[in-house]
Amino acid sequence: MSIEFRHVRKTYPDGTTAVEDFSLVVPSHSTTVFVGSSGCGKTTLLRMINRMVDPSDGQILIDEEDVSRVEPVALRRRIGYVMQNSGLLPHRTVIDNVATVPILTGTPKAKARQDALGLLDRVGLDRALANRYPGQLSGGQQQRVGVARGLAADPNILLMDEPFGAVDPIVRDELQQELLRLQRELGKTTVFVTHDIDEAFLLGTQVVILKRGGVVAQIGTPAEILANPADDFVADFVGAKRGKRRLTAEERGAGDDVLLVDAAGYPAGLIAAPGGRLELADALAAGAGPKSRSVSNKTDQAGDA
Amino acid sequence: MDWVWSHLDLIWSSTLAHVALCVPAIVLGFVVSVPLGYWASRSTAARGVLLTLGNVLYTIPGIALVVLVPVVLGLPILNPLNVTIALLIYAVAIMVRSAADAFASVDADVRGSARAQGFSGPQLFWRVELPLAGPVLLAGIRVVSVSTISLATVAALVGIPSLGGFFTDGFQRSFATEVVTGLVAVLVLAAVFDVVIGLIGRALMPWNRGRRLTSRAAKTLATAVPGGVGANL
Amino acid sequence: MLFLQAIQWILDPEHWAAVNFQAGIAEELGAHLWLSFLALVFTAAVALPVGLYIGHTGRGRGFAIVVANVVRAVPTLGLLSVLLLVSLALPPAVFVFVLLGVPPLLAGAYAGLEAVDRQTIDASRAMGMTEWQILRRVELPLAAPLILGGLRGATLQIIASVTLVSNFGINSLGDFILGGLAANDYVQMTAGAILVTVLALLVDGLLAVVQRFAAPRGVSRGRGTTTARGRRLSVPTGTPVSEGN
Repeated sequence: MSIEFRHVRKTYPDGTTAVEDFSLVVPSHSTTVFVGSSGCGKTTLLRMINRMVDPSDGQILIDEEDVSRVEPVALRRRIGYVMQNSGLLPHRTVIDNVATVPILTGTPKAKARQDALGLLDRVGLDRALANRYPGQLSGGQQQRVGVARGLAADPNILLMDEPFGAVDPIVRDELQQELLRLQRELGKTTVFVTHDIDEAFLLGTQVVILKRGGVVAQIGTPAEILANPADDFVADFVGAKRGKRRLTAEERGAGDDVLLVDAAGYPAGLIAAPGGRLELADALAAGAGPKSRSVSNKTDQAGDA
Repeated sequence: MDWVWSHLDLIWSSTLAHVALCVPAIVLGFVVSVPLGYWASRSTAARGVLLTLGNVLYTIPGIALVVLVPVVLGLPILNPLNVTIALLIYAVAIMVRSAADAFASVDADVRGSARAQGFSGPQLFWRVELPLAGPVLLAGIRVVSVSTISLATVAALVGIPSLGGFFTDGFQRSFATEVVTGLVAVLVLAAVFDVVIGLIGRALMPWNRGRRLTSRAAKTLATAVPGGVGANL
Repeated sequence: MLFLQAIQWILDPEHWAAVNFQAGIAEELGAHLWLSFLALVFTAAVALPVGLYIGHTGRGRGFAIVVANVVRAVPTLGLLSVLLLVSLALPPAVFVFVLLGVPPLLAGAYAGLEAVDRQTIDASRAMGMTEWQILRRVELPLAAPLILGGLRGATLQIIASVTLVSNFGINSLGDFILGGLAANDYVQMTAGAILVTVLALLVDGLLAVVQRFAAPRGVSRGRGTTTARGRRLSVPTGTPVSEGN
C-alpha cells in the first residue's frame, strides 16, 4: 500500500495557501514522518490521504488509485486514524470505541467486541479497562485506545496526527516504544505527523522536513538528514547548527572511560574502555554512535579539555 | 388611525403606568441580582441553591404569580405593587443566572494577577471583576428589560392599568385597532428601553465599544431563560 | 388563611366535577394539558429539525438568536388578542404557543450540538461515519441533556402561557383565576393560581428527572472528555459540508 502525492496544492477560500506543489512517495510497510513547525501544512497533507481535506489541485494515489475517485466514507473506513486527543466517543465504553468501525462496516457486534479485546492486548491495555469510559482513563491509556481503534478495521494504512503530543514525556516514551514494536509486528504503511524532531528521528524510516506552505526542506532517513542537512533551515531545525546534537569527548583521567558531553555541557554517555585504559584517539577512531558526527570536528577542543 | 389620534392621552398615561410598573422591577432586579450572582459564582453550594430557587420561581406562570403575591403578602388585590413585585421576582430569577455566568466568565488568571499586584478584595471587585463581567451583565439586563415589559401586560387581567389594557379592552369590544396599538406601543417601549440600556452600557464600558458581542454575551442573550438551555449543567 | 382555604377548595371532590355547566378541575386540567400538548408537538416538529440543522452545520445561528429576541419582546396576551379576534378557535391559540415554544427548544438543539467536542466529531468523520451517522450516534446522544433542557424550557413557557386563553373563553386552569377574580371569590382565584403553579412545577420536575437520565454514561458528573486535553489544536478541519462530502 504505497501512497503517492502528485503536485498537490491546497488553497483555502480565504486565500491562504496551506500547501503548494507537494510531491512524495510514501513507501509501503514503513513509517514516514512529516515534521515541521505549526503552519507547515503537515496535518493538511495527512488529512488529504483520507479525504478529510480535498486538495485544490493535484492527486493523491493509494496503490495507483486516485483517492478522489473513492467515496470518502468508504475510503476512511479502510484507513486507520489516530489523533492527538484520541477523539474517543465519550459516551461509549472503551471496547465499543475500539469496535466502532467494524460495527459500522457490518461486523456482528459480538465478534467486533471479541476482536476489540484482542486489540486491547495488542496495544498493551488491560482487558479490565474494556468497560470503562474514556473519561475514566489516563491520557496515555486514552491514546492506546485511540491506536487500538485505528487498527480495528485492520487497515493497511495508519494515519497518526501528533498522537503523543498531549501526554507527558515519560508516557510519550512508552507509547513511542509501543508503536515501534507494533510497527515491527504489523508493518502498516504509517504516516505520522509531529513537530518534535526527536520523535520524527526515532519513529521514521523516512522523514520529511517541511517548511511553511508544505515546501519540502529535506527528505531522507534520519541518518541521512543528520549527516547532511540540505540547508541552514534543516540544520537549524534538527539542532545541528545550534550545536544541540554536538557531542564532545572528555577524558576523565587515566584508565577511565571517555565521557561524551553534549552542547549544553551535560554528560550524554560513555565510550567504554574495553581493556581498562582507552586513549581518547582510540575512542574517536572507534566511532561513537549515529549522533556523534561532530565528535570528529571537535577533537581538538576535546583533547584540550 | 383616528382612534389612535383621539386617544393619545390614554396611550400616554397607559405607557407611563406601564413604565412605573416595570422600572422599579428592572432596576431593583439588577441591584439585587449582582451580589447574588457574584456569590453564586464563588460558591458551588450557593450556585446550586440560588439557581434552583430562581428556576422554581420562574416556573410559576405569570398570572398565578400576580394573584399569589397579594395573597401571600396580604396586599389589596388591585395594588399595582403586586405586579411590580411579581415582575421583580422574574427579573431576579433571570438575572441571577446571567450575573453568575458573568462573574464566572472573568478569567481566573486576570483575577490572580490582579491579586498578586496587591488589589484588596473590594478593589478587585470594583476595578477588575465588575468591569470584566460588564458585557455579560449588560446582555442579561437587556433580556430582563425586554421580557419584563412584555410580561407586565398581564396586569390588565387583574384590572391594573398598563399597556395590556388595550389588549383586554380591544378584544372585548372586537376592536382590532386598539389591540394592535397596544402591541406596537409595547414593542416600541421595549425597543426604547433596550436602546437606553445599551447607551448606558456604552457610557460605562467605553472599552467595549465597537467590539462584537462576545460569544458568552451572545449565549446569554439566546439562552438566558432559566429552566431552558443550560439548566442544571 | 386564604391559602389554606384554597387548598381545601382544591381537595374538595365537588370542585373536580362540572357543576351547572361550570367546568370542574378535571375538565380544565384536561383542556390545559391537551392544548399544551398540541402546542408542544408542533413546536418540536418545527424547532427540532431546524435546531439540529443549525447545530450540525453551524449555519443560521444568528437568525435563531434574532427570532428568540423578537419573540421575547412580543406580549403573549396581545398576540392572543389579535389572533383570536380574527378567529376565536384553537388553531390561532396553538400557533401563538408554538411561537413561544420554538425559541427555547431551537436554542437547546443548536447549543446542544455546538457543545459537542469538535475533535470527537472530527475523529468520527475520519473513522468513516457518514454525516447522518455522526448526527445519530455521536451528536444526538451527547447533546441529549441540552436538547431536553430546551424541551423543558419550551414546555414551561407553553404551560404558563396557556393559562391566558381563559381570558378569551377557551378552557384552561386560568378559568379559576379569572373567574374567581371576576366574582370576588378569592379562594377560587388562589386555588386556580396554586393549581397552575403545581402543574408547572410537577411537569418541570418530571422533565428535570428525564433530563438527568438522558445524560449518557461516561460524560455525566463532570467526567469530561478533557482528561488528556493539553492544549488547543489548530487542525484545518474546514467546514463539515464543504470538504470530503
